[in-house]
Amino acid sequence: MLFRHTTNKVADRKALNVNPAKTCQPIGAMYAALGIHGCLPHSHGSQGCCAYHRSTLTRHYKEPVMAGTSSFTEGASVFGGQANLVQAIDNIFTIYDPVVVAVHTTCLSETIGDDITQITAKAKESGKIPEGRYVFHASTPSYVGSHVTGFSSMTKAMVDHFAEKSGKKRRQVNIIPGYVEPSDMEEIKRIAKLMKVPCVVFPDTSNVLNGPQTGKYEMFPRGGVTIEELKTTGDSLGTLGLGKLASGPAARALDTKCKVACQVLDLPIGLKATDRFVDALRNMAGVNVSDDINIERGKLLDVITDMHQYFFGKKVALIGDPDQLISLTEFLVSVDMWPIHIVTGTPGKKFEKRIREITEDIPVPVNVKAGGDMFMWHQWIKNDPVDLMMGNTYVKYISRDEDIPFVRFGFPILDRIGHSYFPTVGYRGGLRILEKILDVLLDRQDRDSPEESFELVM
Amino acid sequence: MEKACEEYICPDIDPEEVKKKMIAKYPAKVARKRSKQIAVNKVDEDKCVPEVLANVRTIPGVITQRGCSYAGCKGVVLGPTRDIINLTHGPIGCGFYSWLTRRNQTKPKGPEDHNFMTYCFSTDMQENEIIFGGEKKLKEAIQEAYDTFHPKAIAIFATCPVGLIGDDVHAVAREMKKKLGINVFGFSCEGYKGVSQSAGHHIANNGIFTHVVGLDDKVREGKYRINLLGEYNIGGDAFEIDRIFEDCKISVVSTFSGNSSYDHFKNSHTADLNVIMCHRSINYVAEMMETKYGIPWIKVNFIGAEATAKSLRKIAQYYDEPELSQRIEEVIAREMPEVEKVRLEVKSRCEGKLAMLFVGGSRAHHYQELFKEIGMRTIAAGYEFAHRDDYEGRRVLPDIKLDADSRNIEELEIKPDPEQYEPRKSSEEIKKLEQAGLKFKDYEGMMTEMPNGTLVIDDINQYETEKLIEIFKPDIFCAGIKEKYAIQKSGVPMKQLHSYDSGGPYAGFKGAINFYREIDRMVNCKVWKYMKAPWQENPELAATYAWD
Repeated sequence: MLFRHTTNKVADRKALNVNPAKTCQPIGAMYAALGIHGCLPHSHGSQGCCAYHRSTLTRHYKEPVMAGTSSFTEGASVFGGQANLVQAIDNIFTIYDPVVVAVHTTCLSETIGDDITQITAKAKESGKIPEGRYVFHASTPSYVGSHVTGFSSMTKAMVDHFAEKSGKKRRQVNIIPGYVEPSDMEEIKRIAKLMKVPCVVFPDTSNVLNGPQTGKYEMFPRGGVTIEELKTTGDSLGTLGLGKLASGPAARALDTKCKVACQVLDLPIGLKATDRFVDALRNMAGVNVSDDINIERGKLLDVITDMHQYFFGKKVALIGDPDQLISLTEFLVSVDMWPIHIVTGTPGKKFEKRIREITEDIPVPVNVKAGGDMFMWHQWIKNDPVDLMMGNTYVKYISRDEDIPFVRFGFPILDRIGHSYFPTVGYRGGLRILEKILDVLLDRQDRDSPEESFELVM
Repeated sequence: MEKACEEYICPDIDPEEVKKKMIAKYPAKVARKRSKQIAVNKVDEDKCVPEVLANVRTIPGVITQRGCSYAGCKGVVLGPTRDIINLTHGPIGCGFYSWLTRRNQTKPKGPEDHNFMTYCFSTDMQENEIIFGGEKKLKEAIQEAYDTFHPKAIAIFATCPVGLIGDDVHAVAREMKKKLGINVFGFSCEGYKGVSQSAGHHIANNGIFTHVVGLDDKVREGKYRINLLGEYNIGGDAFEIDRIFEDCKISVVSTFSGNSSYDHFKNSHTADLNVIMCHRSINYVAEMMETKYGIPWIKVNFIGAEATAKSLRKIAQYYDEPELSQRIEEVIAREMPEVEKVRLEVKSRCEGKLAMLFVGGSRAHHYQELFKEIGMRTIAAGYEFAHRDDYEGRRVLPDIKLDADSRNIEELEIKPDPEQYEPRKSSEEIKKLEQAGLKFKDYEGMMTEMPNGTLVIDDINQYETEKLIEIFKPDIFCAGIKEKYAIQKSGVPMKQLHSYDSGGPYAGFKGAINFYREIDRMVNCKVWKYMKAPWQENPELAATYAWD
């Protein structure tokens, strides 16, 4: 057994996290920063942080992930990291020539209290930031929140630093897509295009972290929101923030800073959440929904009606990030599946309440926990087994031990491809999720059914 | 012979010019420092090589390969031990990123044996603990780990903020050890210590030596009992080495630390010989075991079939028993034909191709053996976190000046143990063996085995990597996961030599075969020919159209 020491005896733990269902802020900040065109993320801390984040993002995307580090030593930790950051900025612009450097802090630089605004000003004063180039930062202490908080903080920092209000409105909508895959950001742009809504999507990691093989390496690939586009977000008709945790703060910051009205929606994962997204986008931009979208929606509905017998009453255990889990739970409930064990590692009070509301009609007990860990989730599964598990790659250890079908969903996915190319948002994304679920459930039925009832047509 | 005729490794490229090009773009201060970390190799008759500045601070902002002290301590040296609960004291990230990501395989003896390798344990420090201190939470976490898992030992690893806020992991360890009656010990391996993972290796060596080695005097069975040091069982390397040892009837008391267990460490001081694979990460333990217990150490290398045979013969030479020598020769004779068959087949397709290796603290050296065996030339190599002795050989040890970053890492003062010290060989015997050619406590470093004109680059960064590829267009580049896809996007196949991608084992005889096949697959892969679409190859439109 891979998790041979995990028993079904659930004991309350106050201090020990076993098998985390979250990671720390800076990696989310690094990921968000890669969604700006020509941006080099920079980790202000020990070089190990940067190495770990780059490694994890690289394993997840199978793409280059470049970022600088201030490489703190013991001396820098005592005397402050100003000299390191100023030197890093100088070296980065001299050697790599990015348009923008997005600095995020770490537990180290936060604990010693480095003032990044002041250090950046110092770098600017001493001529280390070339004309027309930018350095901005987000505060992302690893001991607060999770990787989602870090993504959220970096996205908000884009607004704080770049959004401008010229006084002249533009016929465009800001869409903050949330902590989703490059493929999802691409899909959101495709839907907006189908609806003929000009939009600025930020951050936008499509064509950055799912780029083509051309035989020529470009450190700054063609994707990403440009600084010029970011500046115009203050003149947009409105902002749609997708995912309360990841996109809410940036959407609200645009409202506060530039008086751009915002709506914060759930991530458009599944039928109902996508309906709300399309409807909100239609209203905000004042357009009609094209028939192309209706057809896509109809196809998703069609699969649900065709295959409902395989969804109905199936127990599911979910683990991952709050924004994703809220929409995914709603989606599964909408096809009459029963998500019964739902855990996120990210702390937050509203999550549990929201999941309770979504799952209130499920006729069996539902366990939900924010700030939980995968060990506890596994124990819940031991006590009340499920038909399906959804979560990141680490869930495969439980899947093998418990012999339960498993669909990879969330971050990180280290052992399969697909997530960076094929979306899970929108109606087409919903279709992909259902296809994946059906594949594992029906494979299991094929594997386990007695020979006499082995089905040809399913 | 081969070296002499290869004054320049690529006839039309002058390596000194390459070096100039690599540093031309840097700010002056950076260029000065980097020029000392880049050398054009030249081995003189006394096996003296040019000096390479190593184990110095990484330059901020250059996009380094390096990681931190915590990664070296928890991730590399102690991570592969299956039955110690490795508890990370800090915010969640450090524990999360080092959770199962190094491919160090382990095989518990039976279903009841402890195996915590698949688990990640962390105190998940929150803002409250940063402000008011985290010792209380750490104690609670240790208690909860004990109550839930009943381990034999718990190790605590400090992350950056722990040292800064003044949590004393050692005091907590002592208190909980007394309270629980199991071994609890701490490592001050905060990420900012030292200049790379290397500091963490040293801290890990000190801790495991102080708190575990020597606790159990039981001498296990076996006539030829050795410890294998600096072998981490990535992709099953240690399994293959163990297989060979078993066939030779050599007993491994403990491996540091691939496929290891706490009990193995405890009586590792009962072995009669320490053999070292990765000199960089573990030489401290070998040195300390020699001083305290009287166990000599020799450098070995099980990467490469010839190197494996050579290393086995070194062990035979040490024991000087005809039955062992004969058995080792039998094993080599049995294993080599299959190796040779594959080697020659692969060599016919790989001969003359160029390789570059930038990785670790020993692999950039060891893997040159395998490439050589299939006729490939390593034209540039370097380490991520090594010291000068790993490049130039241990002969330079007296010349290495300790800087502030190294001085901050504790150097233990070890004396012979009044009861457990027992020299395995008398000084006369050692002398005799040395006269016969067996070198104790010696590592000649990477550069002495590299041809003149090759480039040796310490702590290479992204920019220099791109320059090397642009200038030399190598047939394969070896480094780590962070470098992998940028290199492949430039059209050059890239092999990870930290984690082996998902391959391995590459050690020993079967490992050599695996590696030959893998490199053959990679350098002769068809996909690299498909980068351009037909319309990109020939963009002009035809002059006539079908309907003309």
